[in-house]
Amino acid sequence: MNALRKGVQLLGLPVLLIALWWVATVNSDNFFWPPLSEIAGTFRETWFTGRFTADVLPSVGRLLAGYGLALVLGVGLGVAIGSLPVLRAVLEPVLEFFRAIPPPVLVPVLMLFAGIGTTMKILVIVSGCVWPILLNTVEGVRAVDEVLRDTARCYRLGRRARLLRLVLPGASPQICAGARQGLSVGIILMVISEMFAAGNGLGFTVVQFQRTFAVPQMWTGIILLGLIGVLLSLIFRVAEARLLSWRNE
Amino acid sequence: MTLLDVRHLRKVYQGRGRDVEAVRDLTLAVGAGELVCVVGPSGAGKTTLLRCVAGLLEGTSGEVRLDGRPVVGPPPGMAVVFQEYGRSLFPWLTVRQNVELPLKEKGLGKEDRRRLVDEALAAVGLAGDADAHPWQLSGGMQQRVAIARAVAYEPSVMLMDEPFAAVDAQTRADLEDLVRSLWKRLGMTVLFVTHDIDESVYLAERVIVLSNSPTEVLEEVAVDLPATRDQLTTRSLPRFAELRAHVYKLIQQAKNGQRPVA
Ligand SMILES: Nc1ncnc2c1ncn2[C@@H]1O[C@H](COP(=O)(O)OP(=O)(O)OP(=O)(O)O)[C@@H](O)[C@H]1O
Ligand SMILES: [Mg+2]
Repeated sequence: MNALRKGVQLLGLPVLLIALWWVATVNSDNFFWPPLSEIAGTFRETWFTGRFTADVLPSVGRLLAGYGLALVLGVGLGVAIGSLPVLRAVLEPVLEFFRAIPPPVLVPVLMLFAGIGTTMKILVIVSGCVWPILLNTVEGVRAVDEVLRDTARCYRLGRRARLLRLVLPGASPQICAGARQGLSVGIILMVISEMFAAGNGLGFTVVQFQRTFAVPQMWTGIILLGLIGVLLSLIFRVAEARLLSWRNE
Repeated sequence: MTLLDVRHLRKVYQGRGRDVEAVRDLTLAVGAGELVCVVGPSGAGKTTLLRCVAGLLEGTSGEVRLDGRPVVGPPPGMAVVFQEYGRSLFPWLTVRQNVELPLKEKGLGKEDRRRLVDEALAAVGLAGDADAHPWQLSGGMQQRVAIARAVAYEPSVMLMDEPFAAVDAQTRADLEDLVRSLWKRLGMTVLFVTHDIDESVYLAERVIVLSNSPTEVLEEVAVDLPATRDQLTTRSLPRFAELRAHVYKLIQQAKNGQRPVA
C-alpha cells in the first residue's frame, strides 16, 4: 500500500504530462509538433541502431570525465582555501570574477587553446562545474564546528585524520549541495560544448536533426537528454544518501 | 612538584567594538598527580582558563607552563572534556569510533584499542551503545561518551569542564567515583571545573574559588578529607559540611562582586 502510494507520487505527474502531450498532439499535422506516437515510434530506430555507442556514450563519457575532474579540483582546492584564511583572502576576488563568467562564453576561447576535440569539451564542462563545487566546499570547510575542531586538536589528530575524519565529513553536506548544482551545470555544458564544433555527441546530433528538419528525431533527442538527466540525478541521490547516512533526517 | 603553572594570566576577548576582559589576573599552580577543582559563578572565566591551559586559546598576557614548558598548543597526553559535550562528538562516527579515534592517532594496536574502548564504555555505563551514533543518544549519554573518550585515552593531564552537568544524580555519583579511582590508578593530574559545590569538595584535594568576571582567584581551599572517599560516609563527615559551607560562602561573596584583597 505504502509502496503503491509512493509509486503514484513519484510517477503520477510524469504520466499525466505524457498523457497530455499524447492527447494534444494525437491528430497534429503541424510539422514541428508531430504526434507523440510518431516520436515514440522513431525513438528506438533513432538511438539504438548505432547512435548509442557513436553519440550517447561519448557524450556521457565526456560529461563524467569533466564532472569527475571538477569534483577532484573543486573539493581539493576548496579544502585548501577553506582551511587557510590567507589563501582565501587572496583568492576570493579572483574566484568571484571567474564564477561570474558564464561558461558558454569560454567555449570559443577554449577552442583556441584546446582545439575542438574531446579535451576542449571536457574543459568546458570542468570550467562550469567546478565553481559551485569549489565555493560550497570552501563554505562547508569553514562551517565545521569549532568545538569539534578543538577536540581534534586536543587529541592531536594528524593531518590525514583531520582531513578524513573532521574536515571532509564535516563539509560533506555542503559539498553534496555544490556537487548537485555542478551536475546540472555539467549536463547543460555537455550539450553546449557539442553544439559549437563537434563530430559526434548528443548535442551535435540534436542540432543535426534540427538542421535537416528531422523533427521527430530531434524530439527524441531532447527526450533522451531529459531521461539521462533524470537517471544521473537518481544515481547522485543514491550516492548522496549513502555518503550522508550518518545524518539523522 | 608543580606540573601546571599559570602566572598572571589575563585574557581579553576582542569583539567588534566591545572588548571583554574575561580573565584579569589568574595565578595558580597544580602539582603533578593532584586533583584540583575550580568553582566560580557562571561567566567567571572557568572555560576561558581551561582553554588557555589546553593550548586552544592564547592568553592576552601572562603565561601558562606545563612541566616547565610554555603551552603554545595542545600538549601530548592531555585529554579535555568540553562543556559543549554534544558538539565535541563526531556525528558521523559511532560511539565506539568516537572513543577509538584518539587511540588510533596515539598509535595503539587493534587489541589494545578494543580493550580500552570496551573498558571505558563499560565504566560509564554505555557498553550496550557502542554502535549507536551520538545523535541517537540523550544529552547525558553523549556527555558520558565524551568522558569515556577522555578516560580511554589514559591521559597524564585531564581537563574537565562541568562534565557531569547533564547526567542524573545517581550516574553523577558513579562518575565522580570513576574519576577518583582513575585518578588514583593512573596517577594523572586533573583540573576539574564545576559549579556544584558538594562535588568540588567531594572530588578535590584542593578547591580554587574564582571571583566573578574579570576573574582572579578569590581563595584556595585545601580539602583535608580522608583520601579514600565514599559517597555516603565522606559526605556525612562534619568536616565535609564545614568545607562545603566555607566554599558556599566564598561563592556568595564572588557573586556579590567581592575581590581578593590585594
Ligand atoms: N569567544 C568569546 N568572545 C567574547 N567573549 C567571550 C568569549 N568566550 C567567553 N567570553 C566572555 O568571557 C567571560 C567568561 O566566559 P567563560 O565561558 O570562560 O565563563 P565560565 O566561567 O566558563 O561560565 P559558565 O559557568 O557559564 O560556563 C564571559 O563574560 C563571556 O561573555
Ligand atoms: Mg564554562
